[in-house]
Amino acid sequence: MQEKIGNPPVEQEFKWVGTRQVRPDGIDKVTGRAKFGADYNLPGQLTGAVLRSPHPHARIVSIDTSQAAALQGVKAIVTRDDFSDQESEFVPAGEMLVNYRDVVRNVMAREKVLYEGHAVAAVAATSPIIAKRALKLINVEYEILPHVIDVLDAIKPDAPLLHDDMITAGVEPAPTTPSNIAKKVEFTLGDSGAAFANADVVVERAFDTKPVHQGYIEPHACLADVSEDSAAELWVCTQGHWIVRAHCARLLGWDVSKIKVNASEIGGGFGGKTVVYLEPLALALSKKSGKPVKMVMSREDVFKASGPTSGAHIRVKMGATKDGRIVAAETELFYQAGAFQGSPVGPGAMCAFAPYDLEHVKSVGYDVVSNRSKVAAYRAPGGPISEYAVESVVDELAREIGMDPIDFRLKNAAKEGTKAAYGPQFGPIGLIETLEAAKNSDHWKAPLGPNQGRGVASGFWFNIGGETSVTLNLNEDGTLTLMAGTPDIGGLRASLCLMAAEELGIDYPKIRPIIADTASLGYNFLTGGSRATFSSGMATVEAAQQIKTEACRRAAQLWDMPEEAVLYEDGYVRPAGDNAGPQDPMHISEIARMAGKTGGPITGVAKINAQGAAPSFGTQIADVEIDPETGRATVTRYTVIQDAGRAIHPDYVEGQFQGGAAQGIGWALNEEYIYGDDGKLENPGFLDYRIPVASDLPMIDTIIVEVPNPRHPYGVRGIGETPIVPPMATVANAVRDATGLRFTELPMSPPRVLKAINEARAAGDTNLKV
Amino acid sequence: MKHHIQMSLNGDPVEVLVEPSQTLLDVLRDELGLTGTKEGCGTGDCGACSVMVDNRLVCGCLVLGPEVAGKSVETIEGMAEGEVLHPLQRHFLEHAALQCGICTPGFLVAAKALLAHNPDPTETEVRYWLAGNLCRCTGYDKIIRAVMDAAAEMRQAPTARTELKDQLQHAGA
Repeated sequence: MQEKIGNPPVEQEFKWVGTRQVRPDGIDKVTGRAKFGADYNLPGQLTGAVLRSPHPHARIVSIDTSQAAALQGVKAIVTRDDFSDQESEFVPAGEMLVNYRDVVRNVMAREKVLYEGHAVAAVAATSPIIAKRALKLINVEYEILPHVIDVLDAIKPDAPLLHDDMITAGVEPAPTTPSNIAKKVEFTLGDSGAAFANADVVVERAFDTKPVHQGYIEPHACLADVSEDSAAELWVCTQGHWIVRAHCARLLGWDVSKIKVNASEIGGGFGGKTVVYLEPLALALSKKSGKPVKMVMSREDVFKASGPTSGAHIRVKMGATKDGRIVAAETELFYQAGAFQGSPVGPGAMCAFAPYDLEHVKSVGYDVVSNRSKVAAYRAPGGPISEYAVESVVDELAREIGMDPIDFRLKNAAKEGTKAAYGPQFGPIGLIETLEAAKNSDHWKAPLGPNQGRGVASGFWFNIGGETSVTLNLNEDGTLTLMAGTPDIGGLRASLCLMAAEELGIDYPKIRPIIADTASLGYNFLTGGSRATFSSGMATVEAAQQIKTEACRRAAQLWDMPEEAVLYEDGYVRPAGDNAGPQDPMHISEIARMAGKTGGPITGVAKINAQGAAPSFGTQIADVEIDPETGRATVTRYTVIQDAGRAIHPDYVEGQFQGGAAQGIGWALNEEYIYGDDGKLENPGFLDYRIPVASDLPMIDTIIVEVPNPRHPYGVRGIGETPIVPPMATVANAVRDATGLRFTELPMSPPRVLKAINEARAAGDTNLKV
Repeated sequence: MKHHIQMSLNGDPVEVLVEPSQTLLDVLRDELGLTGTKEGCGTGDCGACSVMVDNRLVCGCLVLGPEVAGKSVETIEGMAEGEVLHPLQRHFLEHAALQCGICTPGFLVAAKALLAHNPDPTETEVRYWLAGNLCRCTGYDKIIRAVMDAAAEMRQAPTARTELKDQLQHAGA
């Protein structure tokens, strides 16, 4: 079931925006024609392969590649010696920051290997078989060091240190000894410590979550071709090819202009394809061998060496009055970052209480390194973890004071004018509308069966704008070519074409969009932060306006009248009024046809730093059924309600809602990185790391709320990330409702649920309901 | 030492030299240039490489190349007939049943096999049949709807019925 609710209610005022057109890249994707990262090949290409560390923590004593180099068919080998060390400098990667000193060590281990799967060397050979054989001939001598995996173990004073020089930032005075805590962040508003005195009820809980992987079905892949004069071309599946270019140029010491990056179709990213792994290695191998080099990660390598998101330990304390007002809230967050600093604990701390209008808040976060692969952004990085804990406590508070959980949230909900604890004051936002829609939904009112429970939770994500370029070329027959630079992961090209069609009055099927390479278009920040439809949409509208202005100018010239006397309307130029002139309206295709005679090509070139991104709030409802025999929790009904600002293409907005919810359900119930005592990942495959499959899920209902973003020409907010924020608490609250037990550890997998049920039964727990 | 094999690929005879260790997926992608069949895991867990071998749905990554000698292989590239999309392909587009699209070829091949086998599946039957195909973008909702609608259309439309009959004959049903 799909619904749409507008506030204020909007009549359909658009011809194209808001309609459900078939996506322009659709045919290629249902016929197998679309080219993804691993689908590019060049004549004479070599196969690249990576030697990875078998140890979670070890010093590299020596690397001997001589035997491998002597193997026939091996054309190049790279190790740490092929990459210069980098200064410590933080640069944006999605909504997170990366430090080049760490990036160079993550793509190729230097002094130490810091996790199982850490790259140690790479080879390029004439066949995959030879490449594999060559890896076995590389002799690495390791001095094995003690390792630490868990975040709470890693902060102990006697924990093995990953980085001897890591002094916790953000602490005054600075610590004098190194630790695994890279950074402390803190956001406060009012005086939460004192405000707890005003609470009638205080709930405090500690939660633990496990690292989960983005789980894109397409492994990382690229093809690099470097010429003798170091002109490089790269084909890669990435969320941001300008970012890949920047990172590779920096790591290799090459000029940016020398590297042309083509974004292939991308088989999912969810934040995980915002950083580089194989790309600098492939370029270095291609440069050394003088041949094209193709590299594709195995699924095992994807799990072991590419970023999951953090596991965490979270403490939340919240107090409320009997009549349902939250008076104070505190959280302490420990996020594991993997082997290098840069967990999303900052955004996690900022998101934690964002859905609520609170006076006294304190969020403290710690960024903790341990011997796991470096985390990468994952859909609303940091938010799902902290908001899972907070929304679980909110549910407990509502229970304690005997209030409906939606009414409790409504009473405390952030609204226009609310000052968030992390700083800004919200503009028009749609949280209350999503809560009211939830309350009025059929789902919320439907009866529950035996062993079933219902949960609700809300969530928030900031959304971002940023540097964006779009070029529109009006072709000589009046059709349009649209060039954008934000890779299209889930229907972006369709949405951009809808906005261009709406602006210019050119029919949607007459517009052909492409994702342009880094040499053909101005700079673009990556697809992430829920910015692509917002930012590239804004740029598309600006470029379209340039075309309209130019079309009016050309008509004014033809008609010999002042420019301001010509209007552009629904694809036609026309005199502004009866007094302006008697000319018949002229279609844009006629203007296009005559462009050569009236001044040359007509294009719109927008290059903006998109401002005015607005947050998206959502509320979700889950029903779960517990099997008391096995502990399995099955989601039997699910509804996602979210403020989209405006849904440019409702199908793909619903798709984001449904996909985010499904990932969150997996996070809640199944998915986790499982390490052995030896510090090695025990489930690096889809069989044992079980993402939701079709038979695990029900249909996922959606309600699109539209509270337009006033800063965007079509009211767009980003919508891709918020959907994964509420599910863990939504499901946990439903499991609480079904079982009577509060689960404070994810995932709520059958063994954990069964154990809790059995323990509660043995202890005679009167809360137990199954 | 490579094997010289002959097979029928999407109805056409094909000859190719394959390493004994190459999978059918490798042969299709690397030797024959048909990259519509995708590799998501290489271990038979994700279904992105779903293809038909002698009318049986298999993971291309779990079949060795030399094994398909003399057999009939069907891939996503053979699904549309000229410019005419298969009803499943059309319904996937109309329902927006794909986001990134990497899993789509596998889903289409697997769904076609389902409908050849069971022209009128329930939602649960569709969900269980497709449980071996992973999608990380959509939450499956729109995929299931697309398959159900395509099935309904194929039960109605005469051309679709003929095609289905052919498939059932192939399947020996």
